[in-house]
Formats: sequence, C-alpha cells, structure tokens
Amino acid sequence: MSDDVQARIATAVNSADVLLFMKGTPLFPQCGFSSRAIAILEHLGVEYATIDVLQDPGIRQGIKEFSDWPTIPQLYVKGEFVGGSDIMMEMYEAGELAELLDDKGVPHA
Amino acid sequence: MPMAASEIEAMIKAALPDAQVEITDLAGDGDHYSARVVSESFRGLTRINQQRLVYDALGGRMGGVLHALQLSTAIPD
Repeated sequence: MSDDVQARIATAVNSADVLLFMKGTPLFPQCGFSSRAIAILEHLGVEYATIDVLQDPGIRQGIKEFSDWPTIPQLYVKGEFVGGSDIMMEMYEAGELAELLDDKGVPHA
Repeated sequence: MPMAASEIEAMIKAALPDAQVEITDLAGDGDHYSARVVSESFRGLTRINQQRLVYDALGGRMGGVLHALQLSTAIPD
C-alpha cells in the first residue's frame, strides 16, 4: 500500500466531522449497505461528507488497510473509525450514534 | 463464487466454538446473507472488535468472496 494513499485518507478523515466512505453517492448509492448508511445519517439529521470509493481504486483498497476493516461503507466521526453499516444500525437503534455525535460536539437533529 | 451458508457457519464455529450462529439467505441466491452470532468471546469487546473476531474467523473472505453479509453480534444472556 502506498504511503501516498494512506496520507490522502488520513487527510480526508480529518477534513469533515462526519465522513462516509461508500459505493456511489448519497443520491445514487451503488450498494444496499451504503444506501442503509446514508439513510441512517439522514435520519440523524447530521451534516456529512462522502467519498465514493468506486471512483478511486487506490482509496477503495487503501481504506480497508487504513481501518483494518474489510468492508465498505465505513463511517468516521472526527477522524475516528466508528464502523460499517451493521454497527451504524445497531448504534442508531440504541441511541448510541446520537450520543457519540453529542460527545464529539457534532450538531445533529 | 458464492459461499454456502453451512460453510460460513462452520468457519465461524471453528474459530468461536461456543458460538450460536443463525444464518439467513436473504435473497435465496447463496450470495446475500445475514448472520447473527452469539458468543461469550464478545464479552468486553467493542462492537467493532466483536465483528472483527467474526471477520477473522472468515479468514479474509469478507469483502471478497463474501460480499453481502449483514452481521450482528451479541453476548449470551
């Protein structure tokens, strides 16, 4: 894995309070798991940025090494890896995702 | 090349012998599964690390051969 890709990912995860690496875009997710992740973020009413890994094979592979997590989507809050769509759903249902945003000082609905 | 549900279950149980594993073939196509894994080994771990144990059990197939596995983990009551 090139250090350049890892450096780009590190910059990206710190560039937005809430960042989702996904397949496709919020309007046109290309995978059910990414679609579910977007739906959760929309329900939370939080401002978020996304990166479409399908547009960048380096990032698509590199993000899995960055987080040591084999699947996409991947959610980052304030630069910290939170989990994939299953973990997002469990946390959302338990109210833990809203709590995490509160703890990190990220505004949401 | 999809994986059979029995193969997924066997790999998880090989790594986590006490695990109760319930696998559902979501689309009936042998390619989209959901798995619920209950094991004492998850105790004290974050959700991320609980899932990592299952991913490790699947030996790198997750995100590769096994694209669509919806996973939930829990500790026995």
